[in-house]
Amino acid sequence: MSASSTTNSQAVQFVLDGEVVTVSGLPPSTTVLEYLRNVAGRTGTKEGCAEGDCGACTVVLGELAADGRTIDYRAINSCIRFLPTIDGKELVTVESLQGTDGELHPVQRAMVECHGSQCGFCTPGFVMSLFALYLRPEQGSQGSPPEREEVLTALSGNLCRCTGYRPIIDAGRRMSEYPEPKRWSRDEAQSAGRVSQLRALQRKAPDAALRFAGFHAPLTLDELASALEAAPDSLLLAGGTDIGLWTTKHLRDLPPIIYLGAIAELQEIRNTDAGLRIGAGVSLSAGWSALVAQHPALSEQAGRFASPPVCNSGTLCGNIANGSPIGDSMPALIALGADVEMRQGTLYRRIPLEHLYLGYQKKSLRPGEFLVSVVVPPPKSGRLFASYKLAKRIDQDISAVCAAFALEVSAGRVVEARLAYGGMAAIPARAANAEKALVGQPWSQASIDSAIAALPADFTPLTDSRASQAYRLKTAGNLLRRFYMQQSGNPPTLRVTDPSAHVEFT
Amino acid sequence: MTSARVSGEQHQPGAGASAGGEPHRHEASARVSGGEPHRHEASASVIGEPHPHDSAHLHVTGKALYCDDIALPAATLHAAFGISSISHGRIRELDLAPVMADPAVIAVALPADIPGENNYGGAVHDDPIFADGLVQYAGQPMFAVAASSYTAARKAARRARVSYDELPAILDIRAALAAESYVLPSRRLVRGTPGTVLARSPLRLQGTVLMGGQDHFYLEGQIAIAIPQEDGAMLVHSSTQHPTEVQHIVAHALGIRAHSVTVQCRRMGGGFGGKESQPALIAASAAVLAAKTQRPVKLRLDRDVDMIMTGKRHEFLADYDVGFDAQGRIQALTIMLASRCGYSADLSGPVNDRAVSHLDNAYFLEHVEIISHRCKTHTVSNTAFRGFGGPQGMMVIERILDDIARTLNLDPLDVRRANFYGVAHANVTHYGQTIEDNIIHEIVDRLEAESAYRERRKVIAECNSRNPVVKRGLALTPVKFGISFTATHFNQAGALLQVYTDGTVLLNHGGTEMGQGLHIKVAQVVAAELGVPLSAIRATTTDTSKVPNTSATAASSGSDLNGMAAQAAARTIRRRLVDYACEAHAIDASRVRFEHGQVHIGARIISFGDFVRDAYTARISLSATGYYRTPRIHWDRATLIGHPFFYFAYGAAVAEVAVDTLTGETRLLRVDILHDAGASLNPAIDLGQIEGGFLQGVGWLTSEELWWDAHGALQTHAPSTYKIPTARDWPAHSTVTILERSPNREDTIHRSKAVGEPPLMLAISVFHAIRDACAACGATGELPQLSAPATPEAVLRAIDSVSRRHA
Repeated sequence: MSASSTTNSQAVQFVLDGEVVTVSGLPPSTTVLEYLRNVAGRTGTKEGCAEGDCGACTVVLGELAADGRTIDYRAINSCIRFLPTIDGKELVTVESLQGTDGELHPVQRAMVECHGSQCGFCTPGFVMSLFALYLRPEQGSQGSPPEREEVLTALSGNLCRCTGYRPIIDAGRRMSEYPEPKRWSRDEAQSAGRVSQLRALQRKAPDAALRFAGFHAPLTLDELASALEAAPDSLLLAGGTDIGLWTTKHLRDLPPIIYLGAIAELQEIRNTDAGLRIGAGVSLSAGWSALVAQHPALSEQAGRFASPPVCNSGTLCGNIANGSPIGDSMPALIALGADVEMRQGTLYRRIPLEHLYLGYQKKSLRPGEFLVSVVVPPPKSGRLFASYKLAKRIDQDISAVCAAFALEVSAGRVVEARLAYGGMAAIPARAANAEKALVGQPWSQASIDSAIAALPADFTPLTDSRASQAYRLKTAGNLLRRFYMQQSGNPPTLRVTDPSAHVEFT
Repeated sequence: MTSARVSGEQHQPGAGASAGGEPHRHEASARVSGGEPHRHEASASVIGEPHPHDSAHLHVTGKALYCDDIALPAATLHAAFGISSISHGRIRELDLAPVMADPAVIAVALPADIPGENNYGGAVHDDPIFADGLVQYAGQPMFAVAASSYTAARKAARRARVSYDELPAILDIRAALAAESYVLPSRRLVRGTPGTVLARSPLRLQGTVLMGGQDHFYLEGQIAIAIPQEDGAMLVHSSTQHPTEVQHIVAHALGIRAHSVTVQCRRMGGGFGGKESQPALIAASAAVLAAKTQRPVKLRLDRDVDMIMTGKRHEFLADYDVGFDAQGRIQALTIMLASRCGYSADLSGPVNDRAVSHLDNAYFLEHVEIISHRCKTHTVSNTAFRGFGGPQGMMVIERILDDIARTLNLDPLDVRRANFYGVAHANVTHYGQTIEDNIIHEIVDRLEAESAYRERRKVIAECNSRNPVVKRGLALTPVKFGISFTATHFNQAGALLQVYTDGTVLLNHGGTEMGQGLHIKVAQVVAAELGVPLSAIRATTTDTSKVPNTSATAASSGSDLNGMAAQAAARTIRRRLVDYACEAHAIDASRVRFEHGQVHIGARIISFGDFVRDAYTARISLSATGYYRTPRIHWDRATLIGHPFFYFAYGAAVAEVAVDTLTGETRLLRVDILHDAGASLNPAIDLGQIEGGFLQGVGWLTSEELWWDAHGALQTHAPSTYKIPTARDWPAHSTVTILERSPNREDTIHRSKAVGEPPLMLAISVFHAIRDACAACGATGELPQLSAPATPEAVLRAIDSVSRRHA
């Protein structure tokens, strides 16, 4: 390990506490957490689950924005993030925050004074999630302190078993009331020095790509296509929020990795004639933001998809390409009629997303072929659309049932129905029989009832730890009921999460 | 709107936090909830103050050291368990050649490698460290492997080739009852003539109450580091609530004596009862490998193995038959209580005993019979968990009262109140203890008024009549929880206090720190006695070589026992110092005072540091041990009769929820809590216990579901599948109040009360609020069949159970 300011194609380089750290010789699947605890001796960051579900390992990554002038700081789970993927970024850990004179950062002070820690094991993760919220541009000195909802969302990937969270939520709401610290104020986080230090680490020249035994991070789409064509058995890595678990939990030895996070072209979100085109490198955070902007009905799905640390690392296309039967983005994207764009060598093809899935963990992907983007058609006026998720917990849970419905109703009749479900079959899939029961029928309770009656012909869901077959079938139908009520007339409060569910007695 | 009332605490951002590595403490003088008699004069400035946790500044900077953070000696090995894949069977062949084939593997340990006893069961010796021939649950350790790295050890452990002769497995309580499969003999407690009275009761109901278990989900998993010492001794760093038991089990496993094993624990990343008996298995396995290789061995369980292999809260089932009158007063009650103990006894005896002794909660049961079956199943052996059977017992009676109220179309609160223990009469528990400190009436009356219970009841009924989809529910439930270990001999503690010549104080006691703030509370006690600032006191690692023969930090007893022991030690030292002052300054003891870091000797004021240096020079001993045993308690474990509890802690909660009747999803909308901590030693710490205990209970009763597959393998063994509450599950509207001016009537440490476990049971209000909302889907008098946890699926089932006939 040595300090250096020029990039090295063999070594991972990142900034930590103002120093450029150069690491080589570690296996490519070494996680950031393993590096911190076992190599760097920074034991403040904890392992609680090694699967990105508890947040004890949360650190903040600073990434140079596309304009090269600001740094985007986001919380991630260090336990499932491979070290080579933080190349060119700034790593901030719980040890980084305290001033050199021992001054606690406002986030830390608020946690102490609100009594936000008990056993303390989860605390570094909470501190870092709150720190990422503290640095958000909209939380700046001119901004208002974070709302309760913003704090809850920022903390949705952090588990605490001691406090009941109330004091931590208070700390999140009060941290902005403290004087700006000398170290890691919002301004200092965007200082010219920090920006230029990161800029110097960016890999530009084609031969500068990070490449060492078992790891290759091409810088262009063409380079990626030829690399994957040459070595089709390579593992294509994006956010790693699933692949990370292959090593930490399943103890698998990984094939050589081709990482697509360094390719600028894949980071693009563009409006095209065919719709919103989201590149394969786009994070779930950015992807969902873009989707919600066009389809506001997706906001609940986006909010419940996963915690910020997972969404900041994981990619939307990764969720699609992973193809889990309980991947929560697919029902909505299928209902909206999204396509996926794929590339193999120099050949491109585009297919409807629902055709990508052939069977459990089987996809219509040829050797050397990879997802380039997902293309989501623009909103249509008059289309009824909703997306729902059912799970044991609101935040950071895997759905028992996920459903998205897109209907076109004309002159009181259903002219098109796309009913897509997750959790009901081995793949995310449309309910063909239920759709058939609706199309051409009046938009009425009776039609909904017959669609519900058709669902057992569409799906024979599993019974597992998340829910029984009976529950899945029943709620798959009840979600259609909810959809109908929501779209008709003057519905009552339909959701327990709706603040109007609580009428406070005064 | 969230309000947490800590007596006198002022939150002033920017004030009170000092720079540097100093502890950050509120200096502002806070109003102390008054009324405590016998308070020592010097204590006024520190007892009852909302001091932050003594490690808070370390927690937030990542500098607090846990076992996994300890710098390891060179040549340390990392260990992992090889675990069984079946629930019940004989090991036909265990081939470890593929394990040993990895050059990173240095050693394996099998039963034959244990020099002493292959057991980690503390009470009944039925817990093998490594399964010896017979496997009794899926996930049972069969061997351990030591390798050069954590990952290498885990990978190697999975390479064993195992074949089994499978045996029939008993996987749930009903199957165990049918087979009369028990880990311990069943118990029966009878008072009065329940059979006769039941037969002539005007009204009668029968029902079954079901509630699931709970994983502790401490954020820090089980871990131990064993480091061989000279002359056959062993040093063990263990994340444990019970260092003494770890010491004994390690000694027995190694075939050495207690004085050769030292166990240390600076802090745990959460315990909740999960680190009472379980750490002995981890520590003993590490020690066996360390003894075999003569190298340090670290054994840290990954989350999945931790959740699969270690015990949990007991799942319970209860069949009841109750007779009552038109006001809902219970006339007679018979109950068959059965719990899933798993394959061995562990702490199941006392856990089930506490379920029996807490079946009354706050209610007088004049004629009652309780049969308690401790069922043996081929699943992990269940263990201590905050409340220790008490929550399960209380869930049973609360459900019975709710059933009675719904049957009679009475408000459940009225039925609950009609059954409360009296203050001067109807005040003897079914196990024969007279309740001398009953304050449940005033708590419930006040909470009912302050939470606007009656008014909200009307608003909710009105909302429910208008909304066919989202139903709201409301419930108020009380808590009365007995404080003391039921095993009388555990109710003792020791402390060791050392004063150095610069006036600083090193505090050691038998209690362990798992986040509950024990060290800061005990430090406050010592600071009060010696009149020194908290910054002069340092609480140190719990260490079996400093304070011996300690009890587990459990049963909410930590500050009651260790606070008293430390106070005794401090008083011994103070007495010596006073004697010295009297002698050296020829003054009467009444004119010597210790306060604010100074010693007042008549008109003279000397700093505490200078004074103890003088005392040292005059050859006054500056270290002392302290000892305490709880008075008054006794209990006959065979008849379940006696005076097992020194006192009771009380509380009550009102919860309001919303239920989506299409999906079964629920939200906790509001909670109002009024809880009794006696004269709180530290209201900030106690508030943390109340709020945290409450939400942990909410998790148990709502989202936390343990799910075993048909072969008895636990499938919810990671946070991806086992869902504890998140921040969004704390209600948007909460008022949590510590009962003021209510000192303990017993002579506890500064008249405080234990607060670790009781608040968990406040969560029963949430379960009953959900049940209330389910009931709103059916006709009056219907009883929703809601089992715990009230997952969306369970809730939808309960709604179906009342609404099907009316659909």
